[in-house]
Amino acid sequence: MKYVNRAVNFFLKIYSKKTLSIFITAIVLTGLVSCGTSDNAINENYSGLKPISEASRPSPDPRLGLEPGVFDAEEVIWNLKKISSTPPPEDFIGGVNSDLAFKGNYVIQGNFNGFMVWDISNPEAPELVIDYLCPASQSDVSVYENLLFVSGEGLEGRLDCGTEGVEETVSEKRLRGIRIFDITDIKNPEYIANVQTCRGSHTHSVLKDPNDGENVYVYVSGSAMVRPEEELPGCSAMLPDEDPNSALFRIEVIKVPLANPEEAAIVNSPRIFENLAAVPTHGLSPEDLAELELLEAEGAYVGEFYGQKRVISNRYVEHFLEEIVEERGGTGEPTAADSSVLRENLQELLDGLMAERNEGDETNERGPNQCHDITLYPEIGLAGGACEGYGLLLDISDPVKPVRIDAVADSNFAYWHSATFNNDGSKVLFTDEWGGGTQPKCRADDPMEWGANAIFTIEQDSMDFRSYFKMPAAQTPQENCVAHNGSLIPIPGRDIMVQSWYQGGINIFDWTDPENPIEIAFHDRGPLHVERSQLGGSWSVYWYNGMIVNSEIARGLDIFELVPSDFLTENEIEAANTVRLSYLNAQGQPKYEWPPSFVLMRAYLDQMERGQEYELSFIRSIRADLREAENAEGNEKAYLLNQLARKVEVEANGSSRKSRARVLAKTMKQLSSTF
Amino acid sequence: MSRIQVFIKKSWKASASCSLFTVVFCLCFISFVSCSGAKHVSEDRPASSSDTSISMNQERLEQLYWSRVDSAKMQFTQADVDFMIGMIAHHAQALIMSDLAPKNSAGSSVQTLASRIINAQKDEIQSMQQWLRDRNQPVPEVHIDGLILSISMESSGESAEGHQQMHHSHSGHTGPDHSGMPGMLTQDQLNELAGLHGSDFDQTFLKYMIDHHRGAVIMVRELFNTDGAALDRQAFRLASDIQVDQITEIERMKLMLQEISNSGEDL
Repeated sequence: MKYVNRAVNFFLKIYSKKTLSIFITAIVLTGLVSCGTSDNAINENYSGLKPISEASRPSPDPRLGLEPGVFDAEEVIWNLKKISSTPPPEDFIGGVNSDLAFKGNYVIQGNFNGFMVWDISNPEAPELVIDYLCPASQSDVSVYENLLFVSGEGLEGRLDCGTEGVEETVSEKRLRGIRIFDITDIKNPEYIANVQTCRGSHTHSVLKDPNDGENVYVYVSGSAMVRPEEELPGCSAMLPDEDPNSALFRIEVIKVPLANPEEAAIVNSPRIFENLAAVPTHGLSPEDLAELELLEAEGAYVGEFYGQKRVISNRYVEHFLEEIVEERGGTGEPTAADSSVLRENLQELLDGLMAERNEGDETNERGPNQCHDITLYPEIGLAGGACEGYGLLLDISDPVKPVRIDAVADSNFAYWHSATFNNDGSKVLFTDEWGGGTQPKCRADDPMEWGANAIFTIEQDSMDFRSYFKMPAAQTPQENCVAHNGSLIPIPGRDIMVQSWYQGGINIFDWTDPENPIEIAFHDRGPLHVERSQLGGSWSVYWYNGMIVNSEIARGLDIFELVPSDFLTENEIEAANTVRLSYLNAQGQPKYEWPPSFVLMRAYLDQMERGQEYELSFIRSIRADLREAENAEGNEKAYLLNQLARKVEVEANGSSRKSRARVLAKTMKQLSSTF
Repeated sequence: MSRIQVFIKKSWKASASCSLFTVVFCLCFISFVSCSGAKHVSEDRPASSSDTSISMNQERLEQLYWSRVDSAKMQFTQADVDFMIGMIAHHAQALIMSDLAPKNSAGSSVQTLASRIINAQKDEIQSMQQWLRDRNQPVPEVHIDGLILSISMESSGESAEGHQQMHHSHSGHTGPDHSGMPGMLTQDQLNELAGLHGSDFDQTFLKYMIDHHRGAVIMVRELFNTDGAALDRQAFRLASDIQVDQITEIERMKLMLQEISNSGEDL
């Protein structure tokens, strides 16, 4: 296989012309895949698997110098097979395709003009089920059971889905927030509710609390400008020390009752960002102090707040007065007596408020102003918040009250955009969407630490930085390129992820060793245009039931599958494909579980061989025994598997790196119990 | 076999030499033949009846795409244009400030920040220039000479020779300039910054850059508070990205400033 790969590379070098390379690669590799599936003996006798750090890769990188085009750009592919590319329906051509959500055999693709539903039962020919015109950027989509959630952020979104936009800065026709559709009949989505939010919804994440069967929660991240209060009452862009109801420095949690989704409403707006680090405090000048004294004499409320003596704003005064009136059981306007109660207790009230905000800490820092994206991983009770300059680790065991556990910043000033955990939750990867995704941040002289992923390990609720990873092929100045959305691929025993890099294409990398992430596959197209910068490329790419589905901003929907290589064996790919999801929102990360199977064991054996942890002869003997067990019947099968499990355990106990063999033995026992 | 036909046609189009092509073809063919019973390559576009219809359809979609992209550009207001023109000059001053960092021996984190600002804002200037050019609006060209910023307006009318240069200086306090924009430093402040070194430079740089960024955020807010503005999606995105990036950097710079003054207290 390696020789064939070399031959392919040879031809790639000679013919970097449009299309030729893809076809050759695709055809040759497909031939190989088919060989693999048609004859197991190749896998069983596969010997001398090298560590992936030693495997060969195409050189020079074939992604350089690809011909431009929208639907006929030159493409290059490595260790992947493209199954199909489907352009958007005509109404959506020229629009911006955005995020993906999956339900059964359907993929829902957001577009700034609405969303599309594709039936991908036959991945070679995805069928458009419906294109629903309802403009609003960015149309981030998520599903839960019969509900579809769509984000609206831009100023043009209308409650009536009209395409004419909204001219006025204040309008009752505008939608910025979450649209909710009933997709019981997916061919006819029914628009049933909206939840308006102060900053609109740039993205959102759906959380199903394992302990709450009646509701589903939507965490809304907004990063755009706060709406005028006249448009949505209660929205305030003032700083929290000026207005307790500020829309800044918080996320919104929407509770959606599954029985009555039209009653969805914001239930909490936790300020998970406050108090991140010491605040820069500056003492007041003598002039300032004198002025404050004067103002206090004139009747202003002056107190120490956020580490500084200041005039307390009317909003706070009103807030406190309301409390005082309520406390004495009164109603209506506060009296003069209430004002003097406030004056006497002002500092105490302020301190109380500060303590509430700061959880007892004396310092105060608001930290980031919003999150761009939050990845919820309910099975491990954690969420990763990509919140401007901070990566946050949140405890979400109470979905209504996320609590920050740890926060990290980065010496390269990353603007963190999204988060992905590895399957066991021992690592988290944040992406730095430097320049917001519209800028070309993968040119030859752009630093590899900027616009990249930052990988952290999680130990005892704290995150430790390990390394950066960025798509390594230099792109042209016409190609917007930076780290973007992706998901884990359920290769058992390894942390492997597929990721979008806008016009840098998609790639797959292994981050099992958090200090040495390695690229193992890619697909890339030339720029949309030879000299114009035009927004394009991969917005999101996710693994879903054996398919790798790519939302291409301009070009539509691509579907790929993995092909075996020196980096990934046929067994590992097949084992991944035993994982089946009934739905997927990548921002609500599922925990992958592998049903015990022979192919799973063969995948582990391949990894033991690659890791060079055991004698090759031992691995071969286990493979042979495994084949024997597989061919045996009923009780005999169970017996042989148990025998084999013991053999592996004995070996594992004698090895310094036992974990893989232990997992293998466990899988053998699990499978044997099913016969 | 329609895939193979497509392949042949494409490779001719790519003017591959015949003999080498044959080798390639054979290689592929062998790869098929050698595993009999193997699953064959799936077709890309099962609906398409012939190669001609594929390429005709592709051609049509390509044209549709670009005509949509072009027509989407015609929904903008004067407020959007003014924002772009103003923000280009605003960004340009950030470049002047950041260029000083390596020369004035800034601390390493300030240097990293400054290079990130240069990289980001240079790209954004280009995006804003392209936004204006695509809409046949006057395009400010940035000229930086040390601490002196000058902007010349290039009219981007249809005529190929439409380079009417209307030089006007942004230096000092004379001439029509953008010094009234929020957060812009005066020439005196720039001179002051240029005279500082080491941690004195760091502190003043951070202080001024925080103000400068805050000014940009105010400009975005003003844009969004104008009826009909930022409905153009590119303008919305550009303005939102500038806002978000700069708010992030403001918070980081505040922390850096705090760290510097903390370490100062230790001395």
